[in-house]
Amino acid sequence: MTDAAKAAEKPRSQWADVWAQFRSHRGAMIGMGFFVFICLLVIFGPMLWDIAPNKIDIRAKNQGPSLAHPFGTDQLGRDTFAQVLAGGRVSLLVGVTAMAISLFLGTLVGVLAGYFKRLDSPLMRLTDLFLALPILPLLLVIIMLFRDPLRAAFGPEKGIFILVVFVIGITSWMHTARIVRGDVLSLKEQEFVLAARSIGTPPHRMILRHILPNVLSPIMVSATLGIATAIITESAISFLGLGFPSDFPTWGRLLSDSTNFMSLHPERVIWPGLAISLTVLAVNYIGDGLRDALDPRIRGR
Amino acid sequence: MKLKATLLGAAAALALAPMAAEAGRGDSGHLNILYWQAASILNPYLSGGTKDIDASALVLEPLARYDENGNMVPWLAESIPTVENGGVSEDLTSITWKLKEGLVWSDGTPVTSADVVFTANYCMDESGGCQQLAGFADVSSVEALDERTIKISFDKPKPFPYSAFVGSTMPILQQAQFKDCVGANAPNCTEQNFGPIGTGPFVVDEFKANDTISMSANPNYRDADKPSFASLTFKGGGDAASAARAVLETGEFDYAWNLQVDPTVLAEMAKGGKGEVISAFGSAVERLMVNMTNPDPALGDKRSTLEGGPHPFLTDPAVRRALSLAIDRALLAEVGYGAAGKPTCNVVPAPAIYVSTANDECLTQDIAKANQILDEAGWMPGPDGIRQKDGVRLSILYQTSTNAVRQDTQALVKDWWRQIGVETELKNIDAAVFFGGDQSSPDTFQKFYADIEMYTNLFDGTDPEAYMGSWKCSEIPSPANNWLGSNMPRYCNPEYDALVEKLAVTAALEERAEIVKQMNDMLMQDGAMIPLIHRGSVSARANSLQGVKLNVWDSQMWNVADWSRAE
Amino acid sequence: MLNYTIRRLLFAIPVLLFISFIIFLILDLAPSDPTGNLPLTIPPEVREKIRQSLGLGEPMYWRYLMWCKQFFINEPLNIWDQWMGTCSFNCEDRLRVISYVTRSPVVDLIVERLPQTLWVVGMSYVVGILIAIPVGVISAYRQYSIFDQAGTFVSMVGYSVPPFFSGVLVIVIFSVQLGWFPSIYDTTLKVTDWASFKMQLRQMVLPVMVLALQTTAQISRFMRASMLDNLNMDYVRTARAKGMKERTVLLVHVLRNSLIPVVTVIALAVPSIFGGAIITEQVFKVNGIGQLLIIGIQGGDAPLVQTLTFIFAVLIVLFNLIADILYGILDPRIRYD
Repeated sequence: MTDAAKAAEKPRSQWADVWAQFRSHRGAMIGMGFFVFICLLVIFGPMLWDIAPNKIDIRAKNQGPSLAHPFGTDQLGRDTFAQVLAGGRVSLLVGVTAMAISLFLGTLVGVLAGYFKRLDSPLMRLTDLFLALPILPLLLVIIMLFRDPLRAAFGPEKGIFILVVFVIGITSWMHTARIVRGDVLSLKEQEFVLAARSIGTPPHRMILRHILPNVLSPIMVSATLGIATAIITESAISFLGLGFPSDFPTWGRLLSDSTNFMSLHPERVIWPGLAISLTVLAVNYIGDGLRDALDPRIRGR
Repeated sequence: MKLKATLLGAAAALALAPMAAEAGRGDSGHLNILYWQAASILNPYLSGGTKDIDASALVLEPLARYDENGNMVPWLAESIPTVENGGVSEDLTSITWKLKEGLVWSDGTPVTSADVVFTANYCMDESGGCQQLAGFADVSSVEALDERTIKISFDKPKPFPYSAFVGSTMPILQQAQFKDCVGANAPNCTEQNFGPIGTGPFVVDEFKANDTISMSANPNYRDADKPSFASLTFKGGGDAASAARAVLETGEFDYAWNLQVDPTVLAEMAKGGKGEVISAFGSAVERLMVNMTNPDPALGDKRSTLEGGPHPFLTDPAVRRALSLAIDRALLAEVGYGAAGKPTCNVVPAPAIYVSTANDECLTQDIAKANQILDEAGWMPGPDGIRQKDGVRLSILYQTSTNAVRQDTQALVKDWWRQIGVETELKNIDAAVFFGGDQSSPDTFQKFYADIEMYTNLFDGTDPEAYMGSWKCSEIPSPANNWLGSNMPRYCNPEYDALVEKLAVTAALEERAEIVKQMNDMLMQDGAMIPLIHRGSVSARANSLQGVKLNVWDSQMWNVADWSRAE
Repeated sequence: MLNYTIRRLLFAIPVLLFISFIIFLILDLAPSDPTGNLPLTIPPEVREKIRQSLGLGEPMYWRYLMWCKQFFINEPLNIWDQWMGTCSFNCEDRLRVISYVTRSPVVDLIVERLPQTLWVVGMSYVVGILIAIPVGVISAYRQYSIFDQAGTFVSMVGYSVPPFFSGVLVIVIFSVQLGWFPSIYDTTLKVTDWASFKMQLRQMVLPVMVLALQTTAQISRFMRASMLDNLNMDYVRTARAKGMKERTVLLVHVLRNSLIPVVTVIALAVPSIFGGAIITEQVFKVNGIGQLLIIGIQGGDAPLVQTLTFIFAVLIVLFNLIADILYGILDPRIRYD
C-alpha cells in the first residue's frame, strides 16, 4: 500500500522500482553485502595485511592459526591469510569475467537459435561441436598457440589472465545456450509474443523487451553455477601447468594444494573452501533477488 | 582358460602341501598390490613405463638381474659370465650365457636357447618399435650354441657386456607364443601382449588394461614352495597420496609403489599403524640443467641452439657457482622428499664406487659467499635490487614439469635466488608435453626455451657408461637432429668427449670408476648441471607382508616369489 | 514429428563427420606425445623409432582417413563377425583402431570399462535426479522457507566444493576414520550372489555420494527456478480459481511445464554419464571411461582419445535430438516441421 501511495506522489522510473524490490529481498541484500565485503577485502586487504603471499619462512611451516598468522601457514611457511587475500583477487576476477563471457555467448547463441528458425540448426550444431570437443587437448592447443603472443603483448600475468578467462568462457557457454534456446522456443509460442509481433515489433526490440526478461531465471541459475565452475576450472587449468605460475595463489589452487593435508591441518582447506562456497552462495542470493526484482508479476505485489 | 589355470594352481597347491609343511606354494592366500599408475601392457619391449615393467616382472624373467644391493645375480642363467670363467671372450667382443637346467614355461614346455635368440630378434626388428633397443646396442648377432647356451657377439669390444637380457626391462619371451608377433605385427598381438607366458612365479588370469591384473601362482614355477601367495591383484589408478592411504591407513592393500607424497603427510599416515614406509636409493638425481645457449625468443629458430650464441649470463662460471651455492639442498630434501631424498653435489650419486667427493662445497648453503662471488664478478644490484652488468639483468626463466613437490622446490629456489639478487620467473609444464618429443611444441625439455630446467634422470642398472655419454658435444639437441639428443645443457668440452672415448675401451672396474668420477667432477665444476637431490624410491608395505626387499636397481617386484604373509 | 526426426538424423551424419575431423585436427595440433611418459633412460633415437612405428611419420590427412576406415568400416564389421561368429572380408588382416599405449583395440578397452562407469556415474545421476526434483519443487513452492534456505545452502556449498576435495574428505571420514566403506573400487568384483551384491553396493556408496551431490545441486537449482517462473503464471491462477486441488495444480500443471527446461538439462547430461567422471573416478580408482580418457590424453594416445571423443559426440548429437523431441511432447505448442 505504501508503495502505491508513494507512486501516487511522484512517478518513478522502472529501475527505481527494481531497486526497491531488490532491497526488500533480505537474502539478496545479505548476499550483496557479503559480496561487496569480500571484494573490498581482496582489493584493499593486501594493502593492510603487509605479509607478502609468496614470502617463504620455512621455520614457521605448517603452523596453526596464531596472531602472526591468523589462518596459519602452509608447508613452506607462507601465510595462508595473505594467500587467501591474494588468491581471492584472481579467483573473483577470473570467476566473474569468465562467467560473464560464457553467459553472454550462451545467451546470444541461445536466443538467436531459439528465435530465428533459420539460425537454429547451424547454431545448435555448433553447440554440439563445442560440447563434443575434448577440453584438455583443446586447452593444450590454445595455450600453445596463444600463450607466447599474449605474454609478449600484455606481460606474463595479464596475458595469462586473458588466456584463462577466454578459455573458460568459450568452453562453458554451451549449456546456457541449450537451456535458453529451449525456453525461447516455448516463449515464442506464447500469446504476448504473438501479440507483440502482430503490432509489428521489430526482432531486436522483441528480443530485448519481451524474450530476454522472461528467460532471466535460467540465465541467473547458470550465472551462479558458472562462477563456481570458473573458479574451480581455473584451479584445474593452473594445476595442469596451463594457467598461472605455480607460486601465484588462487582459491582453487589453495584448495587443491591443501587437500592432502586435510587430516593433518584441516584449517588449511577450510579457508579457501569457505571463501569459494560463500562467494558462490552470495552470488546465488543476488541472482535470486535480481530475478524477483526484474519479474514484473512479483514486483507488483 | 582362466578356470583351467585356477584349477591347475589349486591342484598344484594341494599336491605340494604335504611336502612343504611350513611355507608352501599358495599358503599365504591373496596379495593386493597397488600401483597408482596402472599397467597398460605386459610386454616390456613395447612399453618402457616402470608400471608395465614391474607388472610384467611378476610373469617374465631375464637371464640375470640386480639384487637390492646392486650386485648382479644369475636368474634364468646358471652363472654370470666373466672373462675369468670364460663366459666373456678375451677381446671383449662376445658373451656366452648358459640357461639353468630343467627350466619350463608356465605352460609346461621347456625353455630353450631358441627362445632367447627369438627375443633378441624380436626386439632388434626395425619395424617393431622396440623400446629396449638400447640394450642391444652394438650387438651384431645372437646365436644358440646348443639347447641351453646362447652367444651374444658385439661389433666392437664391450667392457661392460651385461645389458642384453639383464634386468627386468629385458626378460625372455616364449618363441612359441610370440612367433607371429614379429616386426610390424608386434603391437597387434593383443592377446600375447596382455597375457605373456613366462617363467616367473605368477601367471596372468585376467588383464584389464590401465586398470587391474588378476594373477595366480605359476603351477610350473621352478621352486616348488614358491610363490607363497596363491593369487594376486595388481590394481592401478588414483594418485600417490591415496595409494599411501590404502596401505597405511585403511589397510585395503598390501603394497603401494612410488609414494611421492609430502613427507609430513606420509609420516602422519604411517601413524595409522597398518603398514610401513620403506625407501632405498638408486642413481636418480633431481637436478637443474643450465642452458649454455641463448633462449631469447627474438632469435627465432636459433633459440637455444649453438648457432644462437652463448647464454648472456649463464656462461659466466661465477653466476653458475653463485646459483648453486645459494641453494639449501638439505632443506629441499627435508621439505619435498623426507626420508626419500638426500642432498647431493654429484650427477652420479651411486653406486658408491663411482661417487666423487670433490664437489661437496655446495652441500652447505652460503648466501653471503654467493653474493660475494657475484660482486667480485662485477654483477652489481640495479635500482630494482636485481643484479646486472653491461645492461644484462640476472633474470631467469625456470621451468619444470607439473608436480606438487617440484613446484615447492621451485618456490624455495626462487626465494633463495632473490636473496642473491637474481630474478626468477617460474613455469611448469604438463609432463606429457615437457618430456614428450612433439616437434611443434615449444615446451619440451629438449628444446629448453628457458634458462634453467629441472627434472630427474638416472641410469638403468649399475653401469653409468651410456649415461655419461649423454653430455657429449654430438648429443646436443638442435633442429638439425630434430631436437633428438640428451645433452640438455648444450655442454661441449673436447676433454669430456675424450674421456667418453676412454671409458668405452676401459675394462677394469677401478679404472672405469676413476674415469667416471673425473667426468662427474668436470660436469660439476663447469656448472653444466646443478644437482639438488639424490632421490630414493619410496614404497609402503602392510605390516603383515614379509620378504619385501626394496630394489632400486631392478624391478620392485624382483623377489615377489619370496613374499609371504606373516601370521 | 517422424519426418523431423529422420531429417535430423540424416543431417547428423555430415555434422558428425565434420566434428570427427575437427577433433582429429585438435589432437594432431596438441603437443602431447606418446613417448612423453617413457622413462628418460630410453635414448632419443629409440624414441624416434617408436614414434615411426606408431605411424606418426605419415601425413596428417592420411592418418585421418585411416582412422575413418578403421572406425567406420572395420570396427562395425568386427562387431558383426563377433556376433555371427563369421569371418567376412578377410578378417585376419583387418586393422582395428589400436591404442598407442596399450597396443590393443580401443573399442575393446571401452567395452571393458563401460560397466563400472554406468554403475557409478549412472547411479549417481539417478540418485541425483530423484533427490533434486522433489527438492526443487518444494523449495519453489515454499520459497524462502527454512527448507528452501537449507536446500539452497547445501546445494550451493555442494556445487562449489570440487570432487578432488569432497572425494578425499569422504574417504578420510568414511574409510579411514569410520571404516564403513572401501576407498578403492574393485572392478573385478562380479555380482553373483547376495554377499557380492552387498559388496558392490558398499563400494559404490562413496563415489555415488560425491557425484550425486553435484548433480543434485545443479538440477535442483534449475528445477526451483523453473517452478518459480511457472507458479506466477496466469494459468496457475486460473486453475486455482477453477477450484482445482492444489495437488493437481502443482503436480500436473506446474510440474509438467516446469520440467521443460529441466528435461533439457537432464537429457544433455546423459552423454556425460558415458563420458564418466574424470576426477571422481581417479579418486576412488573406479577406472572407468573418464580415467581411460585422462590416461589417453596424458599419454598422447591419439587413437584412443579420438575414438572416445567421437563416440561422445555421437551421444551428444543423439541426446540433443531426444531433448528436442521431448520439448515437442511436453510443450504441444512447439511444432517441428
